Amino acid sequence: MTSFPWAPGFIDGDRPKIVTSRFQYEDSHTLERYLATGGYEGLRSVLARSPHDMHEEVRSSTLLGRGGAGFPAGVKWGLTPDGVFPRYLVVNGDESEPGTYKDRLLMERDPHQLIEGCLIACYAAGLSRCFLYIRGEMALAQERVAQALNDAYAAGFIGKNILGSSFSIDIVLHWGAGAYVVGEETALIESLEGNRGMPRLKPPYFPAAIGLYGQPTIVNNVETLSNLPFIATNGAAEYTAIGTESSPGTRMVAVSGHVRRPGVYEIINGTTTFRDLLYGEEFCQGIRDDNELKAFVPGGGSAPWFLPDQLDLPFEGRLVGAAGSMLGSGAIMVMDSTTDIPAAALTLTKFYAHESCGKCVPCREGGTWLMRILDRVVEGTGTTDDLDLLLEVGGSICPGDMPHAASADLQLEATPFPYKMTTICFVGPSAYVPVHSALTLFRSEFEARVAPSRTRSRIPVTAVGAGS
Amino acid sequence: MARLTDENVTLAKEIIDRYPRAKSALIPLLHIAQEQDGWVTDEAMRQIAELIGVTPAEVLGTGTFYEMFKFEPVGKYLINVCGTMSCALLGADDLMHAAEEELGIHEGGTTDDGMFTLHRAECQAACTEAPCLQVNYRYRFRTTPVEVRQLISDLRNGRLDDEIPPHGTLARVRQHIPADKGVGAVDPSQVTSPPEWITASAEGGAS
Amino acid sequence: MSEQSVEITVNGKTISAEPGEMVIAAAERAGEFIPRFCYHPRMSSVGMCRQCLVEIDTGRGPMLQPSCMVPVSPGMTVDTESDTTKQAQEGILELLLANHPLDCPVCDKGGECPLQDQAFSHGPGESRYIEEKRHYEKPIDISSLIMLDRERCVLCDRCTRFADEVAGDPLIHFVERGNATQVMTYPDEPFSSHFSGNTAQICPVGALTAKPYRFKARPWDLEQANSTCTSCSVGCEISVHSSRDRVLRYQGIDNDDVNWGWLCDRGRFNFESIHAEGRVTEPLIKTADGHQATSWNAAMSITTELLNESLASAGASSVGVIGGARGTNEDAWAWAQLCAALGIERHDPQLGDGLPAALLGMPRATIREMASAATVVLLAPDLKEELPVLYLRLRDAVVNGSTRIIEFTSTGSGLTRHAWRSIRHGAGDVGSTISATFADADVQAQLSSGPVVVVAGRGNLATSADVEFAALQQLMTAVDGATVLPALRRGNVVGALQAGLAPTSAASDTTSTLTAAANGQIEVLVLLGSDPLADFPDRDLAAAALNGAGRVVSITGHMNASTVDADVVLPAAVMSEKTGSTTNLEGRVAPIAKKVNTPGVARADWMIAVELADRLGHDLGVSSVEGISEQLTSVGAGVGSVWSVPFESSAVEVNVAPKGGYDVDLIVSRVMYDGGVATASSPSLAGLANGRSVAVNPAVLEQLGIDSGEMIRLVSEHGSAELPVCPDDRLDRGTVWAAFGQPGRESGFGDVRSLISSSAPVSRIRIERVS
Ligand SMILES: Cc1cc2nc3c(=O)[nH]c(=O)nc-3n(C[C@H](O)[C@H](O)[C@H](O)COP(=O)(O)O)c2cc1C
Ligand code: SF4
Ligand code: FES
Repeated sequence: MTSFPWAPGFIDGDRPKIVTSRFQYEDSHTLERYLATGGYEGLRSVLARSPHDMHEEVRSSTLLGRGGAGFPAGVKWGLTPDGVFPRYLVVNGDESEPGTYKDRLLMERDPHQLIEGCLIACYAAGLSRCFLYIRGEMALAQERVAQALNDAYAAGFIGKNILGSSFSIDIVLHWGAGAYVVGEETALIESLEGNRGMPRLKPPYFPAAIGLYGQPTIVNNVETLSNLPFIATNGAAEYTAIGTESSPGTRMVAVSGHVRRPGVYEIINGTTTFRDLLYGEEFCQGIRDDNELKAFVPGGGSAPWFLPDQLDLPFEGRLVGAAGSMLGSGAIMVMDSTTDIPAAALTLTKFYAHESCGKCVPCREGGTWLMRILDRVVEGTGTTDDLDLLLEVGGSICPGDMPHAASADLQLEATPFPYKMTTICFVGPSAYVPVHSALTLFRSEFEARVAPSRTRSRIPVTAVGAGS
Repeated sequence: MARLTDENVTLAKEIIDRYPRAKSALIPLLHIAQEQDGWVTDEAMRQIAELIGVTPAEVLGTGTFYEMFKFEPVGKYLINVCGTMSCALLGADDLMHAAEEELGIHEGGTTDDGMFTLHRAECQAACTEAPCLQVNYRYRFRTTPVEVRQLISDLRNGRLDDEIPPHGTLARVRQHIPADKGVGAVDPSQVTSPPEWITASAEGGAS
Repeated sequence: MSEQSVEITVNGKTISAEPGEMVIAAAERAGEFIPRFCYHPRMSSVGMCRQCLVEIDTGRGPMLQPSCMVPVSPGMTVDTESDTTKQAQEGILELLLANHPLDCPVCDKGGECPLQDQAFSHGPGESRYIEEKRHYEKPIDISSLIMLDRERCVLCDRCTRFADEVAGDPLIHFVERGNATQVMTYPDEPFSSHFSGNTAQICPVGALTAKPYRFKARPWDLEQANSTCTSCSVGCEISVHSSRDRVLRYQGIDNDDVNWGWLCDRGRFNFESIHAEGRVTEPLIKTADGHQATSWNAAMSITTELLNESLASAGASSVGVIGGARGTNEDAWAWAQLCAALGIERHDPQLGDGLPAALLGMPRATIREMASAATVVLLAPDLKEELPVLYLRLRDAVVNGSTRIIEFTSTGSGLTRHAWRSIRHGAGDVGSTISATFADADVQAQLSSGPVVVVAGRGNLATSADVEFAALQQLMTAVDGATVLPALRRGNVVGALQAGLAPTSAASDTTSTLTAAANGQIEVLVLLGSDPLADFPDRDLAAAALNGAGRVVSITGHMNASTVDADVVLPAAVMSEKTGSTTNLEGRVAPIAKKVNTPGVARADWMIAVELADRLGHDLGVSSVEGISEQLTSVGAGVGSVWSVPFESSAVEVNVAPKGGYDVDLIVSRVMYDGGVATASSPSLAGLANGRSVAVNPAVLEQLGIDSGEMIRLVSEHGSAELPVCPDDRLDRGTVWAAFGQPGRESGFGDVRSLISSSAPVSRIRIERVS
């Protein structure tokens, strides 16, 4: 149970390690260390098997995507239309979801593991070029991955006829430039084509069918791919022996906010509970200053909030969904009893309003409007009407019932995830989610800050002027 | 002012060649322009447009979508104080105030000497290390107001020159694909058959 | 409805839709209007505004989906009225209006604004948005024709998509992100697209406005009539909008066969010339003191007398009629009948700048056939400049279809970047270039892969029509089964040729008539809406002809160079002042509507012909435009039909002399804006003509030590001209290019036409320094 100064945030422990096994070494990012610790052995063994065989291995490992949606990688690879080539691999290293911190570590600390994962994926799924899209603001990750790629090319692990086989592939490092929404896979593809990172509509633009340059494209998260060398070397059976049947393996989780020991932990998937994580001795060791836990965000800034009532849920997608939230990108943000709930919600709403790509009217206009209303509530110049207005504007982004957690105190039943939405992607709804969670679970805190209703200003649309 | 230097044009062409379609190099080339001048000049955008065969309006359209590109001069050091939830919960505001006071500017401003620009930034993927900030995209974790003041003074005195290059320089290590090893980019319309290892290995592996 | 139509249920009603059709379009045909802003049936869907969200159930329960992006599928159930749909649509409208200024009373779009209309029909009725709205600098010029008010913009991506997808000029673009997103041009790079006016038409709010229409009228004051644009021979369908006897704008109408709703800027905005100064409003007679106004009766008596005298004294060959391609089919028919009655054989609607009428005798293609051909061979001028909307159609066929272009050009064109093969040729060697190209196996394979349509026009006005026509004949022989889409330029040139104004032989075409006039053999030269002094490629011959002709009678709407000195000037009605029909380049006959009265006493050309015939003792048997239309309908030229008339064609022989001393080929072609009367008398367009200059390969300039903008001298066997030069690397070293008919704004600028001789098959020149 140590943290390593060269891997800031990461906290080691006596748990099975799949993707962080080399973090203990200060030089874990070098080719020398990688080779000395079994690196590229997975690739070597894969090249001796047929691509189909390897694909089946990944399918039976039930490796779930770690980018947020939790879709099984092996199934995704199989969704490309028959006979359409070329196909591409796009690696999603745009990690920007509030609370999320793991892909950057994997790129900085073990770039070769990621590269080997990319190679295995391309080999197995017949993808003939790989683009590794790294978030622009991650200078060190850019440098480490660039160095690793250069070294791997020089050593013959990437390029033409890898290790003397017929497998030939380039991995191209691509620099992002600062836009959260580009993490959404279709926006990522737009960005990679040199465009504004505005998401495309699915359907028809499911990347596996119509992706980069209109070709079948697999988009996978950095952590997802980093699991592949282990699966290739040790087999799916050894992988599924960890975790549960529906959520096998491990996953990296960042816990931030008001805990004693915030950090990035590689935990066992499916069985570890939020209580283990927040209070366990080998994890966060409880709330800071022995304060009460007030609420936590279980799956990145887009996820509806949980209360202490939900602490005993394990890290399992379906259970968390039924409880009214999602696991998302493996990010937990913890709020203790001192937290100013409306202000905390505002930081997230501000984030999503600022990061709207501008394509959908409800997100572009609604996100900013929500932010402005909430801002005046937090500033103390709002009215009770503003609280209703928040929910009504939110209803234009997410019409119908919103998911939320159960609360014994409030006598609330859970409404399960997901919600209906009027936008293309989740950025728009995500501006509303924290507002809705906070207002539903902590309405009294809002009410305490607002003045009683003024007569609400309503501008008749007829002021728009008469037609003919 | 400021077309790309010959050296950068060569680099730009090398990068363009990695993509099946030249426009894909747009963002990387904007980074190169920004690295050269500290910001993206109109001339550089025109030149990028020529290099990848689009209109300057398209370069501007893509470029302005992304936070990192600056279209007017910014300080040699761009200080981005994270203000999203985890950092906010742990005192991001205090860092911002300390920086504002030390620099004598407000969030969004640039010091008169052109040394510093101060911005509030969105989540920097270091939430467990909150509150944090970046100077030219190099991190400072679990920072305090005192450390922020020290950091600014160190930057002023050139004590961090080795660690933190001037604004615009992103990665000091670049990818180079050796000519004899690279597979090369092909326009997707020129390919219709499965890659060789798929055909080669109807039975057994690729080796 | 096609056979495999798809059945879907919309609000409980079963309707059948086309396979692949979007729900929004299918519902609309079934009478269920779904509100929308970004959707446009002629552009790709982006699903951006979210206004068209409806609940669609494809078996997995109702889901909110943008109906502009979801294709119909069998058994699909659509609910455009459910609570969720209503909540979404009202919510989105409120959000759209949140930052939209409430300035409808002063907005050009007020009264025909989709945002305004849908705010009433599908909106919440009130807005709760009390915060400060977004502010931008009020309307900014994004080009000399279009203004942008970013505060009104709802970011529907229509203009930007149009510029990129349809026009291929992505000069306006979204910039910034999220709530700060705006439409913008690059600094100092205006939206100078030939098609910019379309963006103002398709803008669903008043963000983009066309300057010629700004603040001119309110939509409810406008009268409208469907008509056809005759600025070029594409024949785009338009709606003419007028108020108080003035035409105020043209709007494109979506005609599936022709223009798909688009117009070029010249066609859209040159209506200004209708009400321009310089219109001829009364008959004029030349006297010692210049032109004197007179009555129709007096003017017609004189004209009758002139014709009678010359027919009697020198025979029918002493009378020539030049022009007729600018009028209606009815005008052309009446003039052709008049010529026939009088035995006049010298008549030609083209001015030596087209191709022989035999072109129309070749197997013909329609625009639709061109756009679905496997291969389009371009042996034509730059379509983007001369037949702009045909360019849009062909560009679409390549970009969104599977058509491939093989282009023969001396200079490159707007379609070069879309051409599968773009092959350069010199002025005299187009024939050999075609042979060499067709020898290539890939080209042969392409040509035999499916239908081939040749778009044929006059690529170079400095090369004779014979040289170009011979190349076309060679091409048609080389490709089995190829058809031709004529790319002749003038509005109703095909109608005029087919109505009987085509010269009876090469000996009676414009060139030979002008030559005869120059030799003193023409007693009466009738200019039927034509201006040879400005339009005939060989300027010296045109000048000599007007000098040498006994009398010149000009029938014209506007005073022009050739009219200034005419003996009789008869005021003519122009388009939108008369009814009738016109024939586009594929032979499609379309209506021309009268929307305003002629200025003064101007008359339609056909009336003048009928009256002259009467005065000369011939009864043409018609007394109204309807009467002529009936005659035309009886020969297959009724509105709506595709009309063709057989023309004999005999093989053209050409002999191009070897180069000798003059070793540079002169290429002269038209660009969109020139000194022609429609552009020059439309104030919004007049300034867009580039003015005279000559384009030369930069290496040649370097060799000569001449900088861009300096004057150079071009010398041919026939004359010389001094012009400012601009470098152009699309040209090879052996060619120079100049635009035809540019206004010579600066004194001292020569005219390239003085280098052209209609007796020389090609124009070859030398470049000299001006010391
Ligand atoms: C708004 C938004 C932002 C996202 N950001 C990221 C991201 O930063 N990194 C990531 O891997 N996936 C992100 N995703 C998920 C991706 O769209 C995609 O599902 C994922 O990259 C697929 O990889 P996986 O299957 O390996 O998880 C985001 C999704 C949305 C809607
Ligand atoms: S929801 Fe927001 S970020 Fe996502 S596509 Fe729509 S406007 Fe863009
Ligand atoms: S019309 Fe469908 S989203 Fe705009």
